[in-house]
Amino acid sequence: MKSGKWGWVALLAVSTMCFAKADGAWMKKVPQGDRARTNPYAANADSIAAGRNLFLNNCAKCHGENAEGKGTRPSLTSARLRIATDGEIAWLIKNGNLYKGMPSWGGLPEQERWQIVAYLRSLNPRSTEVEHAGEQQ
Amino acid sequence: MSFARFCRRIARGRSVSSAVFGGLALASLALVCPEVRAQQEPPYFVTYSSVLEEPGNLEIENQNIAAGPKNANGFFAPTVEFEYGVTAWWTAEAYIQGQATDHDSAVLTGYRFESRFRPLPREYWINPVLYVEYENVNAADKSFLEVTGNTTIDTLQVSNAALRGELERSIEGKLILSSNVKGWNFSENIIAEKAVNEAEAWEFGYALAAARPLSLRGSSRPCTFCRQNIATGAELFGGLGTRYNFGLGQTQQYVGPTVAFNTPKGLTYKFSPEFGLNDNSAGVLWRFGVSYEIPQVRDLFRRAK
Repeated sequence: MKSGKWGWVALLAVSTMCFAKADGAWMKKVPQGDRARTNPYAANADSIAAGRNLFLNNCAKCHGENAEGKGTRPSLTSARLRIATDGEIAWLIKNGNLYKGMPSWGGLPEQERWQIVAYLRSLNPRSTEVEHAGEQQ
Repeated sequence: MSFARFCRRIARGRSVSSAVFGGLALASLALVCPEVRAQQEPPYFVTYSSVLEEPGNLEIENQNIAAGPKNANGFFAPTVEFEYGVTAWWTAEAYIQGQATDHDSAVLTGYRFESRFRPLPREYWINPVLYVEYENVNAADKSFLEVTGNTTIDTLQVSNAALRGELERSIEGKLILSSNVKGWNFSENIIAEKAVNEAEAWEFGYALAAARPLSLRGSSRPCTFCRQNIATGAELFGGLGTRYNFGLGQTQQYVGPTVAFNTPKGLTYKFSPEFGLNDNSAGVLWRFGVSYEIPQVRDLFRRAK
């Protein structure tokens, strides 16, 4: 009986981890060095197109073809991504957010990850934190 | 009998028909399912990397091995593998395997269940993954999904009828270490296996591999034969003996190049000739596999919101 109860607790814990929504807490974990990194492919039309292809192949199955989000998987056109630096987005793609459902994409070559960042940046033009703070208020 | 003649022979056999049927079924699936590619998975057959299945995705793989070992009958051994991403840090797999031996018979050799866990939440210079497997296979198994203990090709000379009754249930653990450096993936697996239905010593094995895509940058145009869709590498694997007889002697050792091609329709083809490095090993193991990833299978079981 007791083991059955713990089984349900474990199942509940795993389910919570599976279906938990992204909450943006990952941004606080990004090391300063990674946060400050710049995208070598920023604002390059070819790289944005390549990033779009890579996004369709690797990311669209969870985040939707136009990054609009799917079910509990978050949209990638958001105020949070507009204030995030390229380095922060690249860090998230590389490391994932394993306990929130986002897998690590460290197996993709770094150049391809930056191309995806370039594409995401084209969907989320950068805004300053001051503007974002205004939005929040 | 020559290897070519053996291949022609098995091509008429039922086991190959099943493998071909499996391949065609995967190809048909690719026609009806959405396009998706698993581009970050290295082209390995034996070695595991730190890449797990994405949560909610189901990968179906048919991998086959054919060989014509010296002083033994040639064989063909297909394995069907189902890999599911339970969470971003946990992947579960199930295998069914069989084999057909020339001048002998075709037998189902058993099944395996495994899980892989990523204990650390971030990418590091070396990324560990813990692997646990339960296997229920008979001694006629020729899948070479790993080599452990003091196995040699002498067992390939024994008939399937004699081997199939010898059932081994075992628990296997692997420590998977994997690094990604400048587009290269380097993976090392340390294997320990213990039979649970008989008194056998712990058996050990290893697998090492490295691979890299031909191009590290994505193409701006959708394309089939882009260099980014092809990955090449090499694998080295073999046994390390048992607790009482540890070492590289009296075990099988193999090395070989490996290549994978990701098609735009989501199918991945892999091929590798693996060469035996000592007298205990088969001359060449020819491996080929085809896999298909079905994205977000779990959405099919959720109510639309």
